[in-house]
Amino acid sequence: MSLNIIVLAKQVPDTRNVGPDAMTPDGTVNRSALPAIFNPEDLNALEQALRLKDQFPGTTVTVLTMGPGRAAEVIREAMYRGADGGYLLTDRAFAGADTLATSYALATAIKHVCPNVDLIIGGRQAIDGDTAQVGPQVAEKLGLNQITYSEEILSLKDGKITVKRHIDGGVETVESPLPCVLTVNGSAAPCRPRNVKRVMKYKRCLAPMELAQGISFADLPYAAEYEKKPYLKLGQLSCADVNADLQQCGLAGSPTKVKNVENIVFKAKESKVLTGSDEDVNGLIQELLASHTIG
Amino acid sequence: MANYYNDISEIKFELENSPLMPRIVELKERQYEDKDKYDEAPQDFADAMDSYDKVLDVVGDIVANVVAPNAEAVDAEGPHLEKGRVTYASKTYENLNAMIQAGMNGMTMPRRYGGLNLPVTVYTAANEIVSTGDAGFENIWSLQDCIETLYCFGNEEQRQKYIPRVCKGETMSMDLTEPDAGSDLQSVMLKATFDEEAGCWRLNGAKRFITNGDSDIHLVLARSEAGTRDGRGLSMFIYDKRDGGVDVRRIENKLGIHGSPTCELVYKNAKCELCGDRKLGLIKYVMSLMNGARLGIAAQSVGLSQAAYNEAIAYARDRKQFGKAIIEFPAVAEMISNIKARLDAGRALLYQTARYVDIYKALEDISRERKLEPEERAELKQYSRLADAFTPLAKGMNSEYANQNAYDCIQVHGGSGFMLEYACQRIYRDARITSIYEGTTQLQTVAAIRYVTNGFYSQVIEDYEQLPVAAEFEGVKARIKAMADKFNACTAAVKEADNQELHDLCARHLYEMAADVIMCLLLMQNAAKAPELFAKSLQVYVNLAEAEVEKHYKWLQGMSVAQLDNYRKA
Repeated sequence: MSLNIIVLAKQVPDTRNVGPDAMTPDGTVNRSALPAIFNPEDLNALEQALRLKDQFPGTTVTVLTMGPGRAAEVIREAMYRGADGGYLLTDRAFAGADTLATSYALATAIKHVCPNVDLIIGGRQAIDGDTAQVGPQVAEKLGLNQITYSEEILSLKDGKITVKRHIDGGVETVESPLPCVLTVNGSAAPCRPRNVKRVMKYKRCLAPMELAQGISFADLPYAAEYEKKPYLKLGQLSCADVNADLQQCGLAGSPTKVKNVENIVFKAKESKVLTGSDEDVNGLIQELLASHTIG
Repeated sequence: MANYYNDISEIKFELENSPLMPRIVELKERQYEDKDKYDEAPQDFADAMDSYDKVLDVVGDIVANVVAPNAEAVDAEGPHLEKGRVTYASKTYENLNAMIQAGMNGMTMPRRYGGLNLPVTVYTAANEIVSTGDAGFENIWSLQDCIETLYCFGNEEQRQKYIPRVCKGETMSMDLTEPDAGSDLQSVMLKATFDEEAGCWRLNGAKRFITNGDSDIHLVLARSEAGTRDGRGLSMFIYDKRDGGVDVRRIENKLGIHGSPTCELVYKNAKCELCGDRKLGLIKYVMSLMNGARLGIAAQSVGLSQAAYNEAIAYARDRKQFGKAIIEFPAVAEMISNIKARLDAGRALLYQTARYVDIYKALEDISRERKLEPEERAELKQYSRLADAFTPLAKGMNSEYANQNAYDCIQVHGGSGFMLEYACQRIYRDARITSIYEGTTQLQTVAAIRYVTNGFYSQVIEDYEQLPVAAEFEGVKARIKAMADKFNACTAAVKEADNQELHDLCARHLYEMAADVIMCLLLMQNAAKAPELFAKSLQVYVNLAEAEVEKHYKWLQGMSVAQLDNYRKA
């Protein structure tokens, strides 16, 4: 059995190690101060896909990511770890998309490039928006079952997948016919490391969007390689390539409007250090009762 | 995210800044002939260097994010023995799996066997990086380089059978030591007999202190010539664990490198294959195996020194006493500066050695494919000699430095360092073996001393002195020259005395003087190219080395045949 798997992945600013310059004064993310990384839970998703590929040789794992040219780094990173290839969904018309417009674009692209997809796997949520909406919306738009908070694929046979879900207070095992959409929780197995032979093989992979204005593959160093090895040119899709409805893309297709952004300013001048001793805990309870914070 | 390669600019410098590197890569890649056969093969020198950088980036990532975080748990748990089989500490499997998935095995092997065809210099960097994360794990992982010996001396059938398995992650061991044959391997008694009926060799007997003794593929030194008692009766054999016949009787309880199982092995009529020719086991194959292993220990030592430096400086910045960080006190800062200086000097020696090994090994390999041109033969001879002379310096000095650095690292930690909570105690315990196994420092001296007395080191020193440096280094250069003069004067005096016992007693001092001067000169070259990385270390190291050389000079000046009796204990 061989499967067609699409992995949804996103390049995100690394919000895990935030320094003082992480936000601009107007309250938006200062992208230049935060390194761009592979969204962590999308790596968990990729690992689940690669495990299926280990189990069912002949399986194709294709990464789909939406973003500017530099987001193609996510596709390369996935290929270093075992993915077969990928598509960069990129167009000015996609800019400013909320989760609705993003899932519309992704679903449209999947229908276009992989109409016979067996499984779509993405991370639960991205660390920049934290919505956890894109995976489920893609499933709805494609009319597929969805299994969220997936932690482990237990089996896949006879056109059915059995998945362990991480839920509040325990785990749940569910079964779904294929095709379906999985969103993977961060508690799932971490992604395997990059394989150095694959790194050396795919290191020159580029999406056309990554080339500077007026430069073609023929102008690059080792240009002959791009002729000889077609896999070095990554797939790229525009709005028109996937016949997307412009009204449902980007800002135009995004009902979500940011009304206001507030900076959180910690006003307290002093902090207190409490130990776990009974005395300190009692003291804190008394203080909180007195200030009517609790009670 | 932390990365043990990218975070340490000095390693990248060592890889990128040697004039020997283009020659190494050109030889290793045979003029880039693999480029149309293998997708991952480099197109040219720049492409190869870029690939090396990317490979080490992956190593640095895995070590920082998997191996190093596991080190404490692996040290605490150690391996287990059940029914003659070893299981590693549970986190060791995590480390091994990550390395296998990343394809970090058979790193120097040709691509046709599934290897990465990396130069020894690049493999050495990987080795160093792994050791910084966990020296005990480095022990298991780096035994993959035993495959070099099988590659060099095994037949084509054996190469095809074993090398791809190692490239896929099967582990190796070298079964040399026995209860009565440690440093003196000529006394090995493990018996190899030819089983006429089965048409194969059989091993019977025991081995002791075998690192990773339950490995998949063993290289075994055994006595194939009944009735002999010396090194000429020993041959090398390959034992495949899949054939069975070797059990682990016990795992040693050690001071350090707990993650690495040190085993006592019992061979019960174990089927094995002869590797290479009979009787050449010790005198040719094990000597080659040992030189590779010694370079490995040098890399392990440098990795430990880096770890000691990282821990010392982090603690000294964090720890406050008398109202300020202790790193602000000159007495503490001096210790850390000395660690850094020894680290940078030792690392310069390590990579210079690796580069010499690379050129000679690549040429030797080419000589198995075709006849070398006369100038290639001369080059092979030159680099083979340099590799042979530098390997015992790199191993001996770096292992002693690792111990000193680990000692100072604990000292920087004060009382906390003596408690078992900080990594410095593990580094200290792990470092202790480096100056013992694969030949003690005393045996490194034995291997090196002929290059003292035959003037080879002096010639190397003179050659290095000829290399141009900017005017601002003239002062340092003159100081190093004065050290070299003292080394030459002492060597001449010892030779003049013409007494073997005196010569043996003085050897270690002469060895260290040569090493100190060579490291000063290498570090000066580095500082000239990258003052931002090495200028301070150079000054600190020359201060240290000058005092060391003066100490040895005084000691040797006072030494004479008349003194010998004061040292006799037998």
